[in-house]
Amino acid sequence: MTDLKKSDFFSFKVLLVFLLILPLSFSSYGQEGDHVEGKKLYNTYCASCHKLNKRAVGPKLRGVTEKYDREWLYSWIKNSSAMIKAGDAQAVAVWEEYNKSVMTAFPQLSNLDIDNILAYTDYIPPVVAQATVNTVQSAAVSQGPSDFIMNLILVLLVLIFAILTFMLVAVNRTLLVIAKSNGFTPPEKKPKKIPRKPIWKAFAENQFLVLITVAFLLLSSAYYSYAYLMQIGIDQGYMPIQPIHYSHKIHSANKIECKYCHSSARVSKHSGIPSLNVCMNCHMYIAEYNGEEDLENGYTKDFYTKEIKKLYKAVGWDEENQKYTGKSEPVKWVRIHNLPDHAYFNHAQHVEVAKIDCQKCHGPVEEMEIVYQHSPLTMGWCIDCHRESNLNVESNEYYAKIHEELSKKYGVEKLTVAQMGGLECGKCHY
Amino acid sequence: MQKKKTYWKNSEQLNYESSIIKKLEQNEFVEKLPIGPNSSELIENSSSSRRDFLKFVGFSTAAAAAAACEGPVVKSIPYVLQPEQLVPGVSSYYATSIADGFDFANILVKTREGRPIKIENNNESKFFSAANARVHASVLSMYDSKRVKAPISNLDSKPKSLEWDDLYLNIKNKLDLLSKENKKVILLTNTIPSPTTKDIIKGFIAKYPNVEHVIYDTVSSHSASEAYRAYYGKLGLVDYDFSNTKLIVSISADFLGDWQGGGFDSGYTKNRVPVKDGVSGSMSKHIQFESNMTLTGSNADERIPCNLNDQKLFLTYIYNSLLKKNNQINIAGSKKEKLDQILSQIKSHGSRSVVITGIEDLDAQKMVLEINNFIQSNAFDTSRPRLIKESDIKILNTTLESIYRGEVKGILTFGVNPVYSLPGGQKFKSAVKKMDLSVAFSMLKDETASICQFIAATPHFLESWGDYEFKKDFYSLAQPTIRPLFNTNQFQDIILKLTENNKTYYNLIKEKWKKDILEKNKWNKVLHDGFYEKSLYNSKPNFKNIISSVNTDKFISSKINNFHLTLYTKTGLGDGQQANNPWLQEFPDPITRTTWDNYLTVSFSDAKELGLKNVNVSNGALNGSYANISNGSKSLKVPVIIQPGQAKGTVGLALGYGRVDGLKKEMQVGINAYEFYENFNSHQSVTVSLTEGFHEFACVQLQNTLMGRGDIIRETTLEIFNTKDKKHWNPIPVVSKNHIEEYVTSKGVDMYEEFDRSIGHHFNLSIDLNSCTGCGACVIACHAENNVPVVGKTEIRKSRDMHWLRIDRYYSSEDSFENDNLVKENATGLTKTMSTLTRMENASENPQVAFQPIMCQHCNHAPCETVCPVGATAHGRQGQNHMAYNRCVGTRYCANNCPYKVRRFNWFLYNNNDEFDFYMNDDLGKMVINPDVVVRSRGVMEKCSFCIQMTQKTILDAKLEGREINDGEWKTACSSACNTGAIVFGDVNDKNSEVSKMTKNDRMYRLLESVGTKPNVMYQTKVRNI
Repeated sequence: MTDLKKSDFFSFKVLLVFLLILPLSFSSYGQEGDHVEGKKLYNTYCASCHKLNKRAVGPKLRGVTEKYDREWLYSWIKNSSAMIKAGDAQAVAVWEEYNKSVMTAFPQLSNLDIDNILAYTDYIPPVVAQATVNTVQSAAVSQGPSDFIMNLILVLLVLIFAILTFMLVAVNRTLLVIAKSNGFTPPEKKPKKIPRKPIWKAFAENQFLVLITVAFLLLSSAYYSYAYLMQIGIDQGYMPIQPIHYSHKIHSANKIECKYCHSSARVSKHSGIPSLNVCMNCHMYIAEYNGEEDLENGYTKDFYTKEIKKLYKAVGWDEENQKYTGKSEPVKWVRIHNLPDHAYFNHAQHVEVAKIDCQKCHGPVEEMEIVYQHSPLTMGWCIDCHRESNLNVESNEYYAKIHEELSKKYGVEKLTVAQMGGLECGKCHY
Repeated sequence: MQKKKTYWKNSEQLNYESSIIKKLEQNEFVEKLPIGPNSSELIENSSSSRRDFLKFVGFSTAAAAAAACEGPVVKSIPYVLQPEQLVPGVSSYYATSIADGFDFANILVKTREGRPIKIENNNESKFFSAANARVHASVLSMYDSKRVKAPISNLDSKPKSLEWDDLYLNIKNKLDLLSKENKKVILLTNTIPSPTTKDIIKGFIAKYPNVEHVIYDTVSSHSASEAYRAYYGKLGLVDYDFSNTKLIVSISADFLGDWQGGGFDSGYTKNRVPVKDGVSGSMSKHIQFESNMTLTGSNADERIPCNLNDQKLFLTYIYNSLLKKNNQINIAGSKKEKLDQILSQIKSHGSRSVVITGIEDLDAQKMVLEINNFIQSNAFDTSRPRLIKESDIKILNTTLESIYRGEVKGILTFGVNPVYSLPGGQKFKSAVKKMDLSVAFSMLKDETASICQFIAATPHFLESWGDYEFKKDFYSLAQPTIRPLFNTNQFQDIILKLTENNKTYYNLIKEKWKKDILEKNKWNKVLHDGFYEKSLYNSKPNFKNIISSVNTDKFISSKINNFHLTLYTKTGLGDGQQANNPWLQEFPDPITRTTWDNYLTVSFSDAKELGLKNVNVSNGALNGSYANISNGSKSLKVPVIIQPGQAKGTVGLALGYGRVDGLKKEMQVGINAYEFYENFNSHQSVTVSLTEGFHEFACVQLQNTLMGRGDIIRETTLEIFNTKDKKHWNPIPVVSKNHIEEYVTSKGVDMYEEFDRSIGHHFNLSIDLNSCTGCGACVIACHAENNVPVVGKTEIRKSRDMHWLRIDRYYSSEDSFENDNLVKENATGLTKTMSTLTRMENASENPQVAFQPIMCQHCNHAPCETVCPVGATAHGRQGQNHMAYNRCVGTRYCANNCPYKVRRFNWFLYNNNDEFDFYMNDDLGKMVINPDVVVRSRGVMEKCSFCIQMTQKTILDAKLEGREINDGEWKTACSSACNTGAIVFGDVNDKNSEVSKMTKNDRMYRLLESVGTKPNVMYQTKVRNI
C-alpha cells in the first residue's frame, strides 16, 4: 500500500518536473542546439577531462562559447593537435596553459553534435530549485485524495454505528413503554451485599495457582534472559558512523560492481576495504555530487560534496592543480563485520568458488545509505546455510571426481556443503 | 558424691577471675587484630566502612560485567596507495639469501601484508638450499625488541641516539685524522662472501690506506681452508657431495651439524635409504670416530668413541696405509682390526668412498685432502670450493696481538662480537676502550657494541640487499622483504658514504652483476630465482699428484694429556649470534633434549670417577652437578650432563651461550665457552673437577631408552632387510580375539565401525627414519607456522613444553636396540624382569641412537575424540583430527587418553602476558604471527593439525583455478622444511602420490599399531648398514 503510494508520488513528481521543464527546453531548442542531447554527448566524450564549472584536466566548459569563436571551436574539438601544429596562436596558447596535454580529437562529432554540447555547457537550469519546492508542495496535496476517501469511509462507519446504537436505545425504550402500559414492571436489579474476597487473597490461598505462576515466571524469565545473553556479542544491525559518509546506495545506483572496489574478495580471505587510490580512479573526475538529495536526513548535494573533499584530503589530492601533494593520511574506517579470531572465513571460497551474491550475507547493501551488519554472523547462521546450500560445481574441474563419487554414495543429485564436509569443525576453526 | 564434669580448653579457663576470659565472653579477640603497620589508626580514620567496601566490589564487578558486554570498536585502515601485487590476505614469496657468517643458505621468505613471517627452503637452488633450524628461526630475530633502533653515540656517559649525518661526520673526521697520522685502523668482519662488498671495501681502503680489512670467523674452519690453500692455491673449503658415496669415514667431522658451514645432509641422506631394486637394496655405510656424541655420530652405522689422540692415530694409520705403504703405527687389538676392515672397504669402494675430518689441525686436513685425492673420491669437489670461511688465522692472530699491544688506533666491527667471542675478550675490550675510534656495525647492543664509541644500527638480513658467492661460480642474491623497521643503514651503504661514493650498495650490485656475473641473463629473472650458477663450467674434480708435506710423526706426537675438551656448536644456538631468539633457546638439543642451556657432557665412567651426578627430582626434572673446568689460566663452573656415547677422557661444551649484553633477561642463559676457544681450535686440553651445587636443567625428554620396546622404533640391518621377508623384521602386530591371534589390521578385530574414506582427499604423513637426521628444522618451521608459544625454562622444567612436533631421541641400553629386545625377552620371572628393566632405564656407554619425529598421529580411531566431554576434538573426512579451541574447556582427558602424548595444554595465557616476556607480548614480536592460525588462549588443549590451514589453502587454490590437485602441492610446515625428504605428506586416495607409494613400502609401520588407533602418520623402518 505504502509502496504504491510512494511510486504514485514519484511519478507525479516526475510529471510535474517535466511539465515545468518542457516549455523551457522548447525555448532553448532550435536556437543553438539541444542541451538534452548535448548532455548525453558531454557525458560520453567530455566529462572525463572537463567539468562545467571548474578546471579539471582541461578547462571548465561553461561560458566557453563566449570565450571562443564557434567556428574555431568546431575545428578545435575535431582535431586540436592539427591546429597546434598549424600554429594557430589561440590554440597554442591553450595548449601551453594546460601543460601541453593534447586534447583527444573527436572527428566523429558533427557540427550539430558540437552545437548540442555547447548548448548544454551554456544551459543553466534556473527553475529546477523552484520546481523542487513546487513538487514538495504539490506532493503534499497529491497525498490528499486517497486519505480523504479513507477518512470519509471511517466517518461514515462511525455514523452508521452511532445510528445503530441510537436505534437500539430507542427500541429498548419503546419496548419498556409498551410493557409498562401493559402493567408489567420489570424487576429491579439489587446489588449483592456478600463481601467478596479480594482477588489477590484468593490467589495467595490457591497454592496450585501460585506454583504454576511462579514456575511460569521463572521459565519465562529464564527464556528471556537466555535470549538476552545469546545476543551479547552479536552485533546484528551494528551501524557505526564512519569517518567519511560513504553511501553504498549512491555508488551501486551508478552500477558499480561490488568487486570493483572490494576486489580482493575474489582471491583472498579478506574482501578488503579499497585503498584510496581505487576511489580516485573515479573521484579524480567526480569532485562534486550532482545526484538526488535526501533533505529529510540532511543529505544535500553540498553534504556529499564535502564528503568527497574529505577523501581528497586523506589521499592528498590537490583539486586546484589536479595533482597529488604527497601528504596523505589513511582513513580509519570502523569495521562492521567482526568475526571472532577463532573462526576462519574466506571470501574467495564463497564469492568466487561458490558464486554467492554478496547480498546473501551482507543484505541489501545497494540500498544502504549507511552500511550496517545485516546478518547475525553466528555459527548457527553459518551452519544453516551450509546445510541448505548446494555446491556450485559447474565447470570446476576440482569437484568433478569427488562430486560424482560422493553424490552417488549419498544418492543425491546435488550435494550440499554439509555433505561435502562443510560442517566439520576444522574447516573453519584452526 | 557426683560432681559435674567441666571440660576446659586451656588452663586460663580454670581461673574464673581471669580478665581475659571475661573479655572473651564479649569479644571474639582479646586484642585488636593487628592488620599491617598502624592499621588500627588507618581503619579508624578511614571514611569508608565495610559496607562501602562491599558496595565498591559489587559496583566494580557489575561495571566490569557490563563493559564486557560491549564489543570493542575495531578500526580497519586500508592502504592509501596499495602496492601492486599486494593483496591483503594472500601471501607473497621472495627469494633471498642468508649469510650471517655462520649460516649460509638460499631461502624463500613468505610475507603477509608486507610482513615476513616464515622462511622456506629454496628448493630450486642446487646448492645451499637447505635452511637449518637457525635459518628458519631467523625471521623472529628481525622482530627483536632489543634491536638498536637508530645510530647511537656512546661518547658521553649516557648513550644517545644521533642522526646519520652526524654519525658520518664524526666517523669521517676521526678517520681523516687517523689517516693523516697514518695510524692503523682495523675493519674486523666475519666472512662476507660478497663480490660487491669486497669491491666496496677495496674502495674504502683505497681512500683510507691505513685501514686493514681482517676477517674473523667466530667459529673457525681455518685449518681446512689453509690446507686447501696449501694444495690448491686459494683459501677455500672443499665441497663434499655424499649422494653417490658408498662409504663415509668421518673422523670427528660433525658434517650433519655445522662442520665447514653445514648443509651436507640432503646429499648424505640421498644414499641412506635402501632401495630394493630387484633382489638386494644398497645404502651407504657411515663410520664415525668422535669424542662427543654428535648428530652425525648418532646417525652413523658404526660409531667409535675416542679422544683426540686416538683420532689422530687412526687418521694417520689410514693415511699411512693408503699412501705411504710403510705403516709403522702400533694400534692395539680390536681397534686395529676395525681399522684394517675400514681400509679394505675403502680399497674395495675406491672412488665411491670418502674420508673427512674435523680435527682442527693443518696436517690432519692435509692428510684428508691427500687421501681423497688419492682414492679419487667422487664426493670430493676441489674445483669449486666453498668460499664461506675466509679467515686467515695468521693474519688474525697478528692483528689481535697488535690490538692488544695498543698499536691499533681505530676499529670498525661488522658481524662479529669479539669482546664476547674471543678468549681474550677482556683484553680486547680494554684495548678498544683506549682507541681513538671504535665503531660497531650492529643490530644489537651486544658486548662489543656497548663499549664502542659509535653503534651504526644495521638492518636485519631480511631488510637488506646482498650478493654472495657461497661456492665458486655459484652466486646468490639477497633482497629486502620488508622496509627497514628502524632507522638503520646497511654496512655497505655506510662504507660507501664514508668513501664519498654516491652510489648505493643496490646500484653497485646491479652494476657488478650485469657486468661480471649475469652473462646474458636478465637481472629480474635472477632476482626472482635468488641464485645464479655460471654456465659452461667444468665441474669435474681435478685430481692431481700432490707432494705430501705432512710430518705424521710430529702430528701424532702432539698429545692431550688431561681431559680432551671438544667445543661444539649446538643445532639451536650455533655461534650464539641469535641468542636473543626465544624459538632457538627453547629448541631442544637433538641429542640431550635439553633447552635453555649449555653444559659439559661427560662420559659415564668419568662422571663416576669424578663424582659428577645427574639426578631426577620428584617431578622428574633433571638436576646436574657442577664441575670446574680449567686450562691452567682460566676456569669455569659448568653444569654437567652425563652423556651416553661420550668417549672416556673427553668432555664437550657448546659455544654460543653465556651472552648478556643486549639480551632479554630470560635469554641470558648458559656459560660462555669461548673463554676456552684458544687459538680458534675446538679441541682443547682441560682438567675437570667436581664442585658444589646442582644445576636445574629443562629437558623435554626424561626417558632416554626404549627398554626393549622395539615396536616403537622398528629397525633392522641391511643384511636382514635384503635377505629376509618383511614379516621377520617388520611384522604386523597381532592381537588376541576369542583367544585366537589375529592381525590387528584384520577386519573383525576392530570394535569401531570403519568410516569410508575412499572419496575425496585422505591425508597421510610418512616419516622415513632412515633419512631423518634429527636436525630439527621441522620443529622450528612448525613453531613459526602454527604460532606455537614459547613458555620459558621454568615451564619446560615442569614438562609444559608446547612443541607440536618433537623429535624423540632414544639410546639403546645394550650396544644395539636389537640386543635390547633380546635382553628384555629373555628376562623371565618377576625379580629378573624387574632388575633387567631397571637396568635398561640407563643407556649403554656407547649406545645406538635413533630419532623419531612425533606429532599428532591423526588416528582414524582416535582415543582422544571419544573422551572429550564437549566434542572439541573431532575427526574430519580428510583424515585430520580437528581441534576446535574455542570449544575446549580444558579437562585434559584427551591428553591423558592419547597414547602418543602429543597434546599440549595452555597452562597460561602466553600472549599479551609480561610474565612470558619472549615475543608474543610486544607489538614487534607479534608481527611474526601467522594470521591464518589462531593464537590460543589459556586453558585449551592444542596439537598438530596436519597444517590444515595449508591443506585448505591448497584446496582453495585448486578450486579457484578449477583444476585437480597435483601430488607435489600438498605440504605441511614440517614436510616443506625437511630437506632430507624424510617427511612426505600427501593424499593417499591419489594412487600415484608419493605418500601412497610409501604406504605400500615394505618398511612401513604405524606407531603402536597394536593399540588399534589406525594413525594417519606412518613410519619407515630404520635400516642400519652394519
